[in-house]
Amino acid sequence: MYPENFRYTKEHEWVLVVGDTGTVGITDHAQQELGDIVYVDLPKPGARIEQGKSLGSVESVKAVSDVYAPVSGEVLEINPALADAPETLNSDPHGAAWLVKIRLSTPDELASLMSAADYQAYVGAEK
Amino acid sequence: MITKVRNHLSQNEALLFERSSPGKKAFQLPALDVPPVDAAEALGAGNVRAAIEGFPEVSEVEAIRHFTRLSTWNYAIDHGMYPLGSCTMKYNPRINELVARIDGLAWAHPYQPESLAQGSMEVMARVEAALAEITGMDAVTLQPAAGAHGELTGILLIRALLEKRGNPRKKILIPDSAHGTNPATAAIAGYMVQNIKSSDTGVLDVSALAQLVDQDVAALMVTNPNTLGVFEHNIIQAAEILHKKGAMLYMDGANMNALVGIARPGDFGVDVMHLNLHKTFSTPHGGGGPGAGPVAVKKPLEPFLPAPRLKHSARKWTWDYKRKHSIGRVKAFYGNFGVLVRALAYILAHGGEGLRNATVDAVLNAVYIRKQLEPYFDLPYSSPNMHEVVFSDHRQAALGVHTGDIAKRLIDYGFHPYTVSFPLIVHGALMIEPTETEGKLELDQFIEAMISIAKEVETDPHTVKNAPYGTRTSRVDEVTAARKPVLRWKPA
Repeated sequence: MYPENFRYTKEHEWVLVVGDTGTVGITDHAQQELGDIVYVDLPKPGARIEQGKSLGSVESVKAVSDVYAPVSGEVLEINPALADAPETLNSDPHGAAWLVKIRLSTPDELASLMSAADYQAYVGAEK
Repeated sequence: MITKVRNHLSQNEALLFERSSPGKKAFQLPALDVPPVDAAEALGAGNVRAAIEGFPEVSEVEAIRHFTRLSTWNYAIDHGMYPLGSCTMKYNPRINELVARIDGLAWAHPYQPESLAQGSMEVMARVEAALAEITGMDAVTLQPAAGAHGELTGILLIRALLEKRGNPRKKILIPDSAHGTNPATAAIAGYMVQNIKSSDTGVLDVSALAQLVDQDVAALMVTNPNTLGVFEHNIIQAAEILHKKGAMLYMDGANMNALVGIARPGDFGVDVMHLNLHKTFSTPHGGGGPGAGPVAVKKPLEPFLPAPRLKHSARKWTWDYKRKHSIGRVKAFYGNFGVLVRALAYILAHGGEGLRNATVDAVLNAVYIRKQLEPYFDLPYSSPNMHEVVFSDHRQAALGVHTGDIAKRLIDYGFHPYTVSFPLIVHGALMIEPTETEGKLELDQFIEAMISIAKEVETDPHTVKNAPYGTRTSRVDEVTAARKPVLRWKPA
């Protein structure tokens, strides 16, 4: 269910790191809890973000929820497809619906994140 | 079993635009008895139009029936219980309306000279004094137009005081049970927001607070009782922690209906707070009239209150504009005056004893509902509740029915839904606030409706999941409406 090569936060974001670039998204558990997502608010490329701070928000019919940065760094790219098709976050949260790509400034932060197995156990316990 | 008569008339109703037929009129004018004036000549031909494209043309009875029918699709406190948690949907006594319609008050104009506005100014002075007494605070501004506006005013006052002391500071702490307006207020006032997790018993975690409060913290914004309806029993300790570090305690007065006449925020360490007159003090909500969100402060914040301030000297009221530390106006003129009149009518009609009784009854009603519904719905926090009670849909969700479904089914039973999915710290929340308005008869009918729905969930969840059935329209497609909003009607 949860890809082995991702790292996860307690706030239900994932990050996939290749080289010094991290791709960030929200987890399948997050999209299930949020319900139908209708709008995504993302930072501008070039913005500096800090681990644990809000990098943007996703809005569902139920609520608007902050997305917290799993790692610190500079936003390189945002997913342009989400503006017109926010529903992708419901159908493919671990793939096509990535949110932002970040150039990591502090790769050591990854150590504070959960593995797929730990995250699976975490969401199991939360329910 | 549905015991209550439902109020929805499921008549088809076209828009007025669609009913229009050319030449129909809802008025008839007598023949002109003065010399006619040519509008084009008087105003210039370019400023005159003969017809408005698409303007609906209907008869008087058609217009009356149209709006009367639409009104039957609505629900109001005048129809029955309105248990919308956090909103304090209490009855708006008719005496309030009578008083607000007294000629001298209803026709008062803000530009009236002070000498001709002494009565209106006295009304405002009395509202300020009553609210200061009820809250245990030192001074009150009546300008803010509603709760969130009051919050912003209050936080700007804190910022002004801290700035004068040399450092406005950076952060505002907010518990995770807070109303969403609290973090929004802090952000608009230029502060960073830091969340504090509630304890296992659903109250402020003072040890977490003690760790977080430092020289960067401007204030803690707390709702008391909080959104679970639980009294923050550590509030005095929290105030001490903040004050020791030079930070302030802001109280969101949204839930003041649980405290009036029993406990005063000024006595438990609050520095600034707002009140919602349209909640606690029975003035109409929303479409029934504007709100009012007066802000009450302790002495050190008084110099910063919005100008002008009421001043009494030589036996008359004047407006004092010379307030050099004031944060400035937050609203045109003096606040929503008509609302202030209604609140004063409510306060005076009740008197101290009556206000206290209202609080006691509001709490009793909520506790009664809790006790009656506890066997049927999951109660995530068992701390004693005050004026509202928060259940979760935990048991029903196991059968595929969620809080929103139960709320929609409640409409079929003739009640307005409770608040769904809030506070956020309760998964699948059902937040119920009966207020003191309801007597046992209406409460029992509501309780029976909730129990009946809980049983339906077990025997026939499908019925609940597709409710409501008795309304003009059933479920609307909220997702498409949000993703592809159609913001105005256009002729076909």
